[in-house]
Amino acid sequence: MTTSGAQDRQVVLEARGITKRFPGVIANNNVSLKLHKGEVLALLGENGAGKSTLMNILYGLYHQDEGEILVNGAPIRANSPHESIERGIGMVHQHFQLVPVMTVAENVMLGNEITRGRFFLDRRRAAQQITEISRRYGLEVEPNALIADLPVGAQQRVEIIKALYRNADILILDEPTAVLTPQEADDLVRIMRTLVDQGTSLIFITHKLREVLEIADRIIVLRGGKVMGEALPAESSEASLAAMMVGRDVILQVDKDAAQPAETVLEVRGLYVRDDRSLPAVSGVDLQVRAGEILGIAGVQGNGQTELVAAITGLRNKEAGTVLVVGQDVSLATPRQISELGVAHIPEDRQREGLITSYELTDNSVLELYYRKPFANGIIRDEEQIDAHCTRLVEEFDVRTPSIHVPASSLSGGNQQKLIVAREFSQPIKLLIAAQPTRGIDVGSIEFIHNQIIKKRDEGVAVLVVSAELDEVLALSDRIAVMYHGKIVATVNNSEVTREDLGLLMAGAGPQGLGVRSWELGVGG
Amino acid sequence: MSESLETRTPSRLLAVWSQYSPLLVPVFAVFTALVLGALMIGLTGGDWLAAYIGLWEGSFGTPSGLGNTIVRSMPYIMCGLAVALGFKGGLFNIGAEGQLYAGAVLTVLVATTLKLPAIIHIPLALAAGVLGGALWGGLAGFLKARTGAHEVITTIMLNYVALRLTEWLIKSKTPYLLGDPADTTGARTRFIEDSARLPGIQIADTTRLHLGILIGIALAFAVWWLLYKTTIGFELRTAGVNPSAARYAGISVPSTIVLTMALSGGLAGVAGASEVLGVRGALSADLLLGLGFDAIAVALLARSNPIAIIASGLLWGGLLTGASLMQVRAGLSIDVIKIVQALIIMFVAADQIVRFIYRIPKRGPGEETVIAKGWGG
Repeated sequence: MTTSGAQDRQVVLEARGITKRFPGVIANNNVSLKLHKGEVLALLGENGAGKSTLMNILYGLYHQDEGEILVNGAPIRANSPHESIERGIGMVHQHFQLVPVMTVAENVMLGNEITRGRFFLDRRRAAQQITEISRRYGLEVEPNALIADLPVGAQQRVEIIKALYRNADILILDEPTAVLTPQEADDLVRIMRTLVDQGTSLIFITHKLREVLEIADRIIVLRGGKVMGEALPAESSEASLAAMMVGRDVILQVDKDAAQPAETVLEVRGLYVRDDRSLPAVSGVDLQVRAGEILGIAGVQGNGQTELVAAITGLRNKEAGTVLVVGQDVSLATPRQISELGVAHIPEDRQREGLITSYELTDNSVLELYYRKPFANGIIRDEEQIDAHCTRLVEEFDVRTPSIHVPASSLSGGNQQKLIVAREFSQPIKLLIAAQPTRGIDVGSIEFIHNQIIKKRDEGVAVLVVSAELDEVLALSDRIAVMYHGKIVATVNNSEVTREDLGLLMAGAGPQGLGVRSWELGVGG
Repeated sequence: MSESLETRTPSRLLAVWSQYSPLLVPVFAVFTALVLGALMIGLTGGDWLAAYIGLWEGSFGTPSGLGNTIVRSMPYIMCGLAVALGFKGGLFNIGAEGQLYAGAVLTVLVATTLKLPAIIHIPLALAAGVLGGALWGGLAGFLKARTGAHEVITTIMLNYVALRLTEWLIKSKTPYLLGDPADTTGARTRFIEDSARLPGIQIADTTRLHLGILIGIALAFAVWWLLYKTTIGFELRTAGVNPSAARYAGISVPSTIVLTMALSGGLAGVAGASEVLGVRGALSADLLLGLGFDAIAVALLARSNPIAIIASGLLWGGLLTGASLMQVRAGLSIDVIKIVQALIIMFVAADQIVRFIYRIPKRGPGEETVIAKGWGG
């Protein structure tokens, strides 16, 4: 597309020898990069590679220890986003910075209000400007809609408009596709193209290889805070990029034999659950998971998966419905009772639920087992046993840590997750519920955890995997259930479905039009 | 990696020490407060050296001063433990004072009305104090667990209830409840039976080292043991630091909240009981007024470490005890000490100031000052 000749064009943004240290870590080590006018530059790297730090420096949220930044050839000593915005740099954060109870127009204006007189907002003129921008770049939004009513994709468009409204011609997009359905992601790609055609320059951060090859004009790979190399999509493959990202060859496919499902271990019937705001989150879900198979739940985040898992594991009250684990009704059971039936739970948020980050690894290695023998006799904890247990887990699961007596917060995401998986697998289990088991961790750890999950399946454990990463669901599952708006809209065998069809289902297309007759509609099992 | 913050700070010795010593900030906070106190005395024309010598002799420097300090410190240590236990459970117990009174009332009831041999009477009277405090604290815990009512609000309110209830019990004359018909001022309860009095040794006219002191020290170790060596402590700390993870770990957060508040209140109750049984022999409504708030200071200064609370409690009691001799020697108002205490707390709470002055590196993970997470909601 626009790849050829990118090198000849004007450099709009340049980072020279950026170094940023945090206590104990060098987040960026002598990083240099150039962004040309009208170019899409992908910054690829694992979590912890220093991508976000670099972008936060470019945007003025952090200040580099060494090195300089030039915008259109002129150095800036940006210490604040304010200055960056003035120089034409805009950033779309992964977590949107929008006020949900305000309208699109109000959000866009915020901090830069158009007023009549001194105190009165001129909503009409703002709406006009927004409509103008959205026409020009193909960013569809309704200026008077409330943010809270908009789907995630539209909220992201508002964020982009916000930056453009402030005359940004350099846009930084931080993991822009993480929260989007595949179709929304396609829309975003179109928008990015339009932006580039109109002269905007883009940097986007990601760890998804597929996207990079699809969207980028040029790719810079970061690892351990250093630039590992530059690549052009035409000359790269997913495997070559992954190797550069991780530093070794990575097997992207999980090897597994066909499932040999046995008796039903988990059965959910007519489950209704409300979310924290008392709105219906799960609306009549039925599903079954049998021993020795993996059922994957695909869906865009926020379609009731979180509440479904919480209800099954006893962490959230059910409005209606039954949950049976190994034939026992656990609809009213406590998390502990359910756990004691042989249910392991890898929670979706390891920092909030899976670990106490200020606790040492030892305490974390018995987080829900702390009261059981041999870790406690009566109320007295047996620290020797806990230490031994923790040492065992750390060794078996290759958790990289200087000691078992360091706080869990000092581990990388991947090692934290390995510790959780190790803990959950340390007891005999019949059912494994894995929610976002590899979210935000490095490729090496993903590989390891996937293999461990498959191993459990082969040992006859029933596995329910919930993931927002379609690739993960496809890699692990024997059967896939698609969740949309609190319902399971289709359950299908992995071998009988394409990525694209799943994407449409996740977006709420409904299976009728997809021409796959063997699908069960809205019924699990 | 190679270059961590520590090696780049100017004062390397301090930096090295800081790795071993979480005491750094509290010690420097006390030091800075004393320096500022001296400045204040000096600038207003006072003799700061004489004042501080008086403070030292009156608190730790002489046997009688030391004895006074120890006796005076006990309620601070016990209530400091109460507050610290709450902090560890993620709860901000501002109600140590109310719980202390609730405990003292039940203690007085048992100690004045029953006639039993000392070997039964003393434990029973102490247990009554624990029960009273635990009920009062547990009530705030129950309200939080059941309705979400914030413990800061409920414990403050329960302070008033406890205090007024105590006053009424003492002052009511028709009929006499706990009040002493022989006491015309109506300021105190009847005196406790001798069999309920805590054994001790008289070391000066007004000072008696009593059994409560051993109890206070033992409690500090017991609280430490409970927090770090038992499953109950694990549950309590886990529910305090991260309720979501606690739920995930199968811990019932509501019952843990009630238990934490009850244990916390029980500790404050012991303070009330020990003060009545060991020192005063009766309960008056002005027994240890304001102690609940000082207890927060003691806990903060010790960073909620139960063992360190022995030291911070002694410091607190020492400052107050020494203040009177300081007053005599240097002709200063006793309020100077209150100001020094306030400065200490300010520096401990706003530890960034102390870290800045003395170039103490930032905290590592797990070393942060523990304040209840519950503020805000």
